Amino acid sequence: MKITVCIGSSCHIKGSRQVVEKLQELIGESAIGDSVELDGTFCMGKCQQGVCVTVDDTFYSVSPDNVNVFFDENVLKKVR
Amino acid sequence: MYKFDTKVQHLKYKVLREVARFAWEDTLLEHVMEIPGIIVPGKVPTMRCCVYKERAILADRVRIAVGGNKDNPNVIEVIETACDECPMGGYEVTNACRGCLAHRCVDACKFGALSLDENHTAHIDKTLCKECGACAKVCPYTAIISLKRPCQNACKVKAISMNDEWVAAIDNSKCIACGACVYQCPFGAIMDKSYILDVIDLIKKSNENKNYKVYAVVAPSISSQFSYAGLGQVITGLKELGFYTVVETALGADMVADAESRELVEKGFLTSSCCPAFVSYIEKNHPELAEHISHNLSPMATIARYLKNKDENCKVVFIGPCTAKKAEAQKDEVKPFVDVVMTFEELQALFDSKDIDITTLPESDLDNASFFGRIFARSGGLSEAVAQAMKEHGETEFKLEPCICNGIEECKLALLKKKKGVLDANFIEGMACVGGCIGGAGCLTHEAKSKGEVDKYGSQALEKTITDAISVLK
Repeated sequence: MKITVCIGSSCHIKGSRQVVEKLQELIGESAIGDSVELDGTFCMGKCQQGVCVTVDDTFYSVSPDNVNVFFDENVLKKVR
Repeated sequence: MYKFDTKVQHLKYKVLREVARFAWEDTLLEHVMEIPGIIVPGKVPTMRCCVYKERAILADRVRIAVGGNKDNPNVIEVIETACDECPMGGYEVTNACRGCLAHRCVDACKFGALSLDENHTAHIDKTLCKECGACAKVCPYTAIISLKRPCQNACKVKAISMNDEWVAAIDNSKCIACGACVYQCPFGAIMDKSYILDVIDLIKKSNENKNYKVYAVVAPSISSQFSYAGLGQVITGLKELGFYTVVETALGADMVADAESRELVEKGFLTSSCCPAFVSYIEKNHPELAEHISHNLSPMATIARYLKNKDENCKVVFIGPCTAKKAEAQKDEVKPFVDVVMTFEELQALFDSKDIDITTLPESDLDNASFFGRIFARSGGLSEAVAQAMKEHGETEFKLEPCICNGIEECKLALLKKKKGVLDANFIEGMACVGGCIGGAGCLTHEAKSKGEVDKYGSQALEKTITDAISVLK
């Protein structure tokens, strides 16, 4: 599974660094590092909905506040 | 309207704009010969002896605007028709000399080059004169003047001489492509080659970024440019031009500061590698010091490499104040990452070639880098960033002692001291342009307040530390 977080300007201002850091932490805690690849990109063209995140090809709008829920629902459940 | 420092810049801009206009429409080939007549219509000359000479020079400007002489590897080129063959006799006594009693000029000359004739008028013996200017400084009538060509005066690396026909000629083995002559020649007879056609081609063939993405990587000195609009409007303008998105070179600068500080601790002495003209100066004039040049790529190349690693099909266009970056992009180690380099002058021409009035556009965000990455644009910023990176790494043993060289003359001095073993520093921050990148030849304006604008832009960065700015890249 590949999670891509937008680190372009607009998403950066909305907290993409916090999202990336939190995801790194959650991936580490749940020990799924082998099956999940975390990547960054500059702009997904949906700046209004940032922080933009894709899991494989599915798009999600995430914020630093709901990154835990996002991880449980869309990453952890699917990996396990 | 737009703020250019000189009419020469404005003229150059008009040529670029007209070239670009036809290029967008794919009709450049049919219309290229018409461009001089579009810029200089009618029969009344405003710049030279006649409109025909004006148009002949404009035809040469068009040639450089579409890439220049392919056989000349230098990105800086002389327009021979435009060179006014200025006088270049060095120090001369003018008829303002009154044949005074004090004749301070004679006493001031340490080389015995000044003598007085029977009317007590001073004369300079050119075989003895060392061009020190001491006589001119002491003359109460300012009767002694220096006739030096502005291009030669601007070229601190002494790469400009005259050919057999008294036209300026550039010695490519000495030229560092800093562009000082381009900006200083009052007749606009030296120009940096333009690659805007490549930019237009990349954008068009991307088919609205569907075939591949075209990234604009902008230098932090952009904060001191386009002062008639907001920076956010410039960013929107870039997207209107057809770029996929805009990324700050300053993020590459953060990456460089992080790596360069570690390299410095390891090696004990370094000269910076950010300024391509400074690097070229060492390579050409002090090759024995080349081993000390930091092995880090410049911020431009570093962020471009990151983008290409993420998306190998993408195209990267660097937009900055610098003519030497055009030369840097041709180097083997940079070529794979940076597709085209253009200047702020050229960007203004591109906006207007598509009639994009950036003052009417909404603002877009630009925020990838930290304060420290952003202040690379001005002299001293790089050293501050390296010091900060050391602090963030918890480095306590190594004591950074930077020698901040503001302009190529200071660089020259520091390098000579280093060669003699008398340099009291372990890091040379070399910037070929006075002020740093904000003094670059490709700037629209070279105002003194630019430094303040850079610091203001730096302080607006969301990330306050280098570590935070680059943490998302891992």
